[in-house]
Amino acid sequence: MFKYVLYRLIQAIPAMIGVTIIGFFLVHIVPGGPAQAMLGAKATPQKIAEIDRIYGLNKPIIVQYGIWMVQLLHGNLGTSYFYNESVWKLIRINMPRTLAIVGIGILLAHIGSVLLGSIQAYYKNSIFDYVATTITYFFYAMPFFWLGIIMIMFFSIDLSWFPSGGLSNPLNPNPGFGSWVAHTTLPVLTLVIGTIAQWAQYMRTSMDETLVQDYVRTARSKGVGEVRVVMVHALRNSILPLITLLGFALPSLFSGALFIEVVFNYPGMGLLFWNAALQRDYPTILGIVVLTGLLTIFGNLLADLLYGVIDPRIKYT
Amino acid sequence: MAAPELQVSPQAQMAETREPSREWRTFWRNPLAWAGVFGLVFIVLFSFVGPLVYHANDLAIHLNDALQPPSAQFPLGTDELGRNNLSRMMIGGQLSLEVGFAAALVSMVIGVVYGMISGYIGGFTDVLLMRIVDVLYSIPSLFFLLFIDSVFRPSAILLIFIIAVFSWFGVARLVRGQVLSLKSRDYVEAARALGAGNGRIMWRHLLPNVTGVVLVSTTLQVANAILTVAGLSFLGLGLPPPTPNWGQMLSDSMNYMFQNAWWLIYPPGFAILLVELCTNFIGVSLNQAYDPRLRK
Repeated sequence: MFKYVLYRLIQAIPAMIGVTIIGFFLVHIVPGGPAQAMLGAKATPQKIAEIDRIYGLNKPIIVQYGIWMVQLLHGNLGTSYFYNESVWKLIRINMPRTLAIVGIGILLAHIGSVLLGSIQAYYKNSIFDYVATTITYFFYAMPFFWLGIIMIMFFSIDLSWFPSGGLSNPLNPNPGFGSWVAHTTLPVLTLVIGTIAQWAQYMRTSMDETLVQDYVRTARSKGVGEVRVVMVHALRNSILPLITLLGFALPSLFSGALFIEVVFNYPGMGLLFWNAALQRDYPTILGIVVLTGLLTIFGNLLADLLYGVIDPRIKYT
Repeated sequence: MAAPELQVSPQAQMAETREPSREWRTFWRNPLAWAGVFGLVFIVLFSFVGPLVYHANDLAIHLNDALQPPSAQFPLGTDELGRNNLSRMMIGGQLSLEVGFAAALVSMVIGVVYGMISGYIGGFTDVLLMRIVDVLYSIPSLFFLLFIDSVFRPSAILLIFIIAVFSWFGVARLVRGQVLSLKSRDYVEAARALGAGNGRIMWRHLLPNVTGVVLVSTTLQVANAILTVAGLSFLGLGLPPPTPNWGQMLSDSMNYMFQNAWWLIYPPGFAILLVELCTNFIGVSLNQAYDPRLRK
C-alpha cells in the first residue's frame, strides 16, 4: 500500500511538470500581453516596453519559465499584476470559499445520488423509476448557469427566501454563520442538483447489476433485512463507479463552480480567475491553473486509493 | 502490379450489397433514438428553415416596444432594444448549432488520428503520447478557453478550432484502446501478409471497427461543444455581437431577471436543454446499438 502510494506520487511528478509547461507556454504565447491590458488606450510602445521590463516579460520565454518555476518550487506564485497582492494570498482568501461550496456540493451530491440511484434500481421499472429518470435527464441536460438563474428567479425573487448572490450582505458589518448559510445555500443547491442528475444514473445501473448477484441472494436467504441488503451488502460493490467519477469530476466541478460563482456573484476561485483572465493577470492565471491541475491529479490518486478501502479485492502492488 | 483475381461466391456478393447493419436496425428500434432524432430535426428546422418562413428582422430595433411580453406581433416578446425575440432565437440557433457540430467533428478527427497513431505504433511512442493526454486531462480546459477567448474575441471559425483543441482527449483514449486490441487480430495480420501498408491497414481495417465508439463519443461531444459555446458566451466571451447566439441571449437576459422578463430567460435555456437532451438520447441509443453487452 505504502509502496503503491509512493509509486503514484512519483508518477504524478511528470504530470505536474507537464501541467506547468503547457500552462506557462499557452498563457505566454498568446499575443497582447498584460502591458496592453493595463495601459489600455494610453499604451505606447515605450510604456509597454517599460512594463515588460519591470515584469521580466522581455526575457526569452524559456528563461521566464525557469524563473517562474524556481519561484514556484519555493512556494512563491508571484505577485498579481492587477491586485498588487501576492497570488498565494489571493488564492488563500478565495480557495476556501470555492472548496466550501464544491466540498459540500460533492458530499451532498454523493449522498443524494446513492440514495436516488439505489431506490431507483430497487424499484426498477416502476412509475417512480421512470419519473426519477425523466427528471434527472432533464436536469442533466440543463446548463449549470441556466439552472442558477432559475434558482434566483424562483427562490430569491419570487419567494425571497434566500439572497440572490454575494457572500454576505454589504449592509451587515458583522455577518455571522446564519448569513453565510443563507448566501451559500443557492449556489450549493445548484451544484448538487446538477451533479446528482449526472451521477444518479450511474448509481442506478451499478446497483441494478449488483442486486442480481448470488451473494445478495445469499444475504436475503439468511434473513437479512431488505434495507440492510441494499444499503450494506450491495452498496459496497455498486458504489465503485461513483468513486471513479469523483476523481474525474473535480475539474468539471471546478468549471461548474466558475459558472455558479459568476451567476451568484460568489467571490471564489472562479470569479478570481474570470477577472484575472479579463485583466491578463499572468501570475494569477498560472497560479490557479497549476493549483487546479494539482488538485485534479490528487483527486484521481485519492479516488484510486478509496477504491482499495471500499473494495478489498483490489490489492495495490 | 496485377492483383490475382479472386473467385467471389454469390453469397459473398450478396453480403457486399449493404443492408442497414444490425447496429442501425437496433438503433432505430429504440424509441429514445426516435425522440432524439425528431427533436434535433425540429431544432435544425426551427433555426435554419424558420427564418425563411417567419420573416422578421432579428436586428431591427423597436425602442418603443422594448421588453414587451409575448404578443401577436412578437410571439416571444422583445428584448431590451425591442428586437424580435423569436427571430433572434432562430438566428441564434444557427450559430450555436454550427459551432457545436463543427467543433465536435474537428475534435473527432484530431482524436481519431491521434489515438490511431498512438495505439498502432505502440511502444514508447504510445506511452509518451498517452502521458501527454493524461497531462492535458488534468488541465482545467474551461480556464484556458476563457483565457484564450478573453484575448482573441474569436470569430466562429477560430472558436470551433479552439473548442476542438481542448476536447479531443476522450476520443483519442477510446480509439487507442480499441486499436490496441484490434491490431493483433488475425485479420489485420492477414491484411499485412497480403501486402497492405500501414496506412491501408489503419484506414480500411481498423477505422471501420472503431466507428462505434467514435460515433457515440462524437454525438456526446456535440452536446458538450454547444454547451461550451453557450457557456463562453454566457461569460461574455463567446462570439462578438450583433449576431445573437443562445448563450449570449441567456447572459443578456440575466440583467432583466428582476423585471421578471421570463420570455427572455426561458426560450434560450430550453433551446440549449433540448439540444443537449436530443444529442444525449442519440448518443445513448448509439451506445446501446454498438455495445453488444447492452443490446437487448
